[in-house]
Amino acid sequence: MNFIFKLSKWQLFAWSTGLLLSAPLFFLIYESLQGDSEVFSHLWDTVLWDYITNTVLLIFGVCLLSCAIALPLGWLSAYCSFPGKKQFEWALMLPLAMPTYLIAYVYTDLLDYAGPVQIALREWFDWHSPTDYWFFDIRTLPGAIVMIALVLYPYLFLIFKTALREQSFKLVQASQLMGLSPWQSFFKVSIVLSRGSIVAALALISMETMADYATVSYFAVSTLTTAVYDTWFGYYSLTAAAKISGVMLLLLFLALMAERFSRRNQAVFERQSGVNSESLYKLKGKHAWLATSFCSVILLIAFIIPMLVLLNYAITYFDKAWNTAFFSYAWQSLKVAITVSVISIILATLIVFYQRVAKQGYSLIPGRLASTGYALPGTVLAIAVLLPLTVLENSINAALESYNLDIGLLLTGSIITIIVAYLVRFYAIAHGAIESSFVRISPSLDMASQSMGKSQGQTLRLVHLPLLRRGLLTAALLVFIECMKELPAALLLRPFDFESLATHVFQYVSDEQLELASISALFIVLVGLIPLYFINRSMEQRS
Amino acid sequence: MRTALAILTCIISASPAFASDVVNIYSFRQPFLIQPILTDFTKQTGIKTNVVFAKKGLIERVKREGKHSKADLVLTSNFSALIQLEDLNLTQSIKSDRIKNNIPASYRDSDGQWVALTKRVRNVYSSKERLGALPKLTYEDLANPQYKGQICTRSGKHPYNLGLVASMIAHHGEEKTKTWLEGVKANLARKPQGNDRAQVKAVKEGLCNLALGNSYYLGKMLQDDEQKAWAESVYINFPNQQNRGSHINVSGAVITKYAKNPDNALKLIEFMSETKAQNMYASVNMEYPVKQGVELSSLVASWGSFKEDGLALDEISKYRPLALKLIDEVKFDL
Repeated sequence: MNFIFKLSKWQLFAWSTGLLLSAPLFFLIYESLQGDSEVFSHLWDTVLWDYITNTVLLIFGVCLLSCAIALPLGWLSAYCSFPGKKQFEWALMLPLAMPTYLIAYVYTDLLDYAGPVQIALREWFDWHSPTDYWFFDIRTLPGAIVMIALVLYPYLFLIFKTALREQSFKLVQASQLMGLSPWQSFFKVSIVLSRGSIVAALALISMETMADYATVSYFAVSTLTTAVYDTWFGYYSLTAAAKISGVMLLLLFLALMAERFSRRNQAVFERQSGVNSESLYKLKGKHAWLATSFCSVILLIAFIIPMLVLLNYAITYFDKAWNTAFFSYAWQSLKVAITVSVISIILATLIVFYQRVAKQGYSLIPGRLASTGYALPGTVLAIAVLLPLTVLENSINAALESYNLDIGLLLTGSIITIIVAYLVRFYAIAHGAIESSFVRISPSLDMASQSMGKSQGQTLRLVHLPLLRRGLLTAALLVFIECMKELPAALLLRPFDFESLATHVFQYVSDEQLELASISALFIVLVGLIPLYFINRSMEQRS
Repeated sequence: MRTALAILTCIISASPAFASDVVNIYSFRQPFLIQPILTDFTKQTGIKTNVVFAKKGLIERVKREGKHSKADLVLTSNFSALIQLEDLNLTQSIKSDRIKNNIPASYRDSDGQWVALTKRVRNVYSSKERLGALPKLTYEDLANPQYKGQICTRSGKHPYNLGLVASMIAHHGEEKTKTWLEGVKANLARKPQGNDRAQVKAVKEGLCNLALGNSYYLGKMLQDDEQKAWAESVYINFPNQQNRGSHINVSGAVITKYAKNPDNALKLIEFMSETKAQNMYASVNMEYPVKQGVELSSLVASWGSFKEDGLALDEISKYRPLALKLIDEVKFDL
């Protein structure tokens, strides 16, 4: 009896949170059913297929490139030793702190026809016009794939590395004893065992890619997100826009469910703490050199070059770009980011815990529902969040009217809306990171704890949380950094007194004058580095 | 957990009280463009200004907020946003003799639902080195095969280009405009991308010889040491001077239907229509003032006088959805 009561408590919490966080989506779907299919069919007849193809290619390309970058990096940093490894291990997470629109802007400036690289080439080789030579065009689909992957690969790197660390080391050692080469162990043991984590990370990367608007629009690559914005702002049809978003979400939801279904009979548990201070492979000579240069090249392209360009802007335009209000912008960014990361890891832990104790197929639904917001383009999400909140406010106001009271826009006129929007948007990240840590805790620990008379709450607190610490930190870090960088929702939903670093940067970027916002852009990156430092330190202490 | 909640409460409750002498603005225009004028307004009237800036979605926000909306005023950067606000019934009538005196009737809604504050011309820039000045150029010429591979523009779906295409439909009808769009697309040097500045930069670098762009960008580039060289590589041409005149877009303002401070909003619009603010627009942003007789910045004046396309803005606005449809049909951006 006691058991059933406890279960229903978790159940109630998980389902209500899942439904609350997905309420904006339901409102959006409702909106999409309000007739008006003329615009949609026009798009269908003209450009929609091009958009769909571009979207699929973009997501596929970003996932593939992220794997090519992050999987070797994860393996190297978890199992190998080579010169500079310690520094690389945390430095390679730095690109996370770089908003995609910044890196896209910087590289376009550097590499397009009118940029310094091509100008220098033309001078050296005495070329005069674009017909004299070939140079890759950065403002293309492949260009967008590279830019987005450079910023998003750290998700996979971080989650894969954590997974490798939490896996028992002995499995790889055993595979070696059985005669597998390091490459074979990488593919046959590590990748297979971490498949859940890899897929979870790729799901995050796909969603983030799908939602991207800033980069693709800057690169003039038309995707489904472009279609959503066109229909909304061009044809003034939120309905058709909601319809397209709905299609995007449906595809995503099905893909996530299918992935989950394909793994239904797999489970990998760690039986002991897998982290060893000794590295498995001590790379020497050519191999060590290769490992170091691979890491260096990635770090250089994804972080150091863009930072140097920003620094250069900041120095050249210092007089125009310096602004004493930066500290207040940074504080606004920070307080939202901290609030959202704390709330989202609490919610995600409880929901994932419910999935664990309920052990039913349907128990996955609340987490999946709550995660869908991540794939919505920012401005659409912003409006989707406004829909239920304004309905709520209006009904409260209507109810209070007879008492001559009025709460006005208590929710939507304050920072609460931004916090809600970020929770809806970034819950998926916390969920993904925590879930992939949770599944590696063996259920026998739960049973042991139960047999010692501990309640489920106590099991969560005393057994799971200590084992989850690294996963929770990773989750909090990822959410924090995303909040620092987030733009469209904050821009549209902010109250009058709210200016964050990202919104400040945007007013200049939107005019293609990043130079004038270079200092605040540097601030975004630097503030993002602070949690990276602490998380990394905590990880090192434990290992 | 308890600490977290305490911090949370602290953060959320930190929203400020709103003073009564204030005007709240939703702005499609970047704050740094309008700040000098707002600062001056506050200095003169003591009315504080609050601005929320976004490029997309502000109209939807006003609509959803309904009668509780805190926005008193919406500043837009193109006429279609003004007309959309009016069509959605989110505006109220602007009744002021000062505004009537300052702003010509063609730049005000006949019903007073919106007013234009500045004008910008859709110009065609030409390479000084390779094409020279083109005083007889028309928008129609851009589809001429003689310019194959020579034209650069931003996305066809940007409001400035949509406005131009809508005006083409208004003058020539759907069929002809579609053929024209196909011709322009065939002449493009590259896929539409970047903003208006980026097109001038591409002319400087020799990627194209002609670029569509609003007038004020040239002025702004000339003010920037790094970008001056781009601007100096082009001539600014005012198309269709021999016939109907150049296409004009406007920035403007509406007072929201449920404005809490309508009087202050009105005061701000009046202020913005006066010579001083119009002058600031002209000198700081290099735009054309709507008020007659306001002196242009010397740079803008140096571009010469020109004939404007007299077609009414709400007339052009009618064709905007069709313009977007045609742009999709010819796959202009793809």
